[in-house]
Amino acid sequence: MKTVFERPQSLVDTSFHFCPGCHHGTIHRLVAEAIDEYKVRETTIAAASVGCSVFLYDYFDIDVVESPHGRAPAVATGIKRANPDKFVFVYQGDGDLAAIGTAEIIHAANRGENITVIFVNNTVYGMTGGQMAPTTMLGQRTTTSPYGRDFAQDGYPIRMTEMLAQLEGVGYAARVAVDSPAHLGKARKAIMKAFATQIENRGMGFVEVLCTCPTNWGMGPIEANKRIAAEMIPYFPLGVYKERTGSDFM
Amino acid sequence: MPRLTIHEDRCKACGLCVEFCPKDCLALSDKFNPQGYHPVELVNPDECTGCAICAKMCPDVVFKVEK
Ligand SMILES: Cc1ncc(C[n+]2csc(CCOP(=O)(O)OP(=O)(O)O)c2C)c(N)n1
Ligand code: SF4
Ligand code: SF4
Ligand code: SF4
Repeated sequence: MKTVFERPQSLVDTSFHFCPGCHHGTIHRLVAEAIDEYKVRETTIAAASVGCSVFLYDYFDIDVVESPHGRAPAVATGIKRANPDKFVFVYQGDGDLAAIGTAEIIHAANRGENITVIFVNNTVYGMTGGQMAPTTMLGQRTTTSPYGRDFAQDGYPIRMTEMLAQLEGVGYAARVAVDSPAHLGKARKAIMKAFATQIENRGMGFVEVLCTCPTNWGMGPIEANKRIAAEMIPYFPLGVYKERTGSDFM
Repeated sequence: MPRLTIHEDRCKACGLCVEFCPKDCLALSDKFNPQGYHPVELVNPDECTGCAICAKMCPDVVFKVEK
């Protein structure tokens, strides 16, 4: 008998604290599969962020440094520059990366820091109770936009992948989702590419993953899973926005 | 026949595997696991193809699939 699916080695054999149906678990697994695939478990240092993914150090069998809210790309910059032989990734939510940490991600990307970024967009601040994030959809009700997000007052949902893809320092930028078997396959591939980008010294590898937060959306897991295709993908289109090859590297 | 190993204690009864199994092999059971959820069970083993779609969709890494 051949094993067609099992828990990746770099994912510690323990339960996640995430709510039922939360995609953070799926995304953790995909990252662990990439760590196994590239055999970097022994040489990886992650910079964890603040949010529901704050317990990254409990779940991955690797070294992890906890960063202040939003500052993971700055922490990762220090780790990678001091240890260029290590594999370094950050895993950040949208409150973390696209709100409080906007300056850190943009400048790390613009400097072409050779790190891998997993950006989890669930359109809210999950951990603190579902406040509006820069990624919250127009009309979406949250605890701080009780009548729905209104562009006149709150601006528009921010598209980080498109923004960052323009920067010369970014070697790979893609947006993926994990709401269907077909999307999962592409998400896995994109995370692998973002790992390869760092290993081949091509600058920042960035992957935005559209993610559910059933609890703060006030939805059941299956309904939340359906919202990804119905509401999020039309505004946050999936795809590879940048893929640098050796020849166009400046 | 494929072999599906279900780590019941880890299941949070989100239902994503049940929803996506192309052969309708899975259902949430009536029993409770230590977390207080009704864990998923294989109700239609003869139909299971070992495609591992359930395992890939599961956010809590509950399944191991061999074939
Ligand atoms: C400096 C600082 N400000 C505010 C907080 C409170 N805080 C904790 S988590 C969080 C938001 C996390 O949201 P997100 O990054 O979207 O991650 P999610 O929980 O949705 O995965 C905030 C504001 C904090 N911990 N530190
Ligand atoms: S609050 Fe939202 S993001 Fe956090 S674990 Fe629960 S479902 Fe996931
Ligand atoms: S392996 Fe495929 S057929 Fe079998 S239970 Fe899982 S999803 Fe259904
Ligand atoms: S997807 Fe996983 S956690 Fe959800 S019901 Fe199925 S086995 Fe349980």
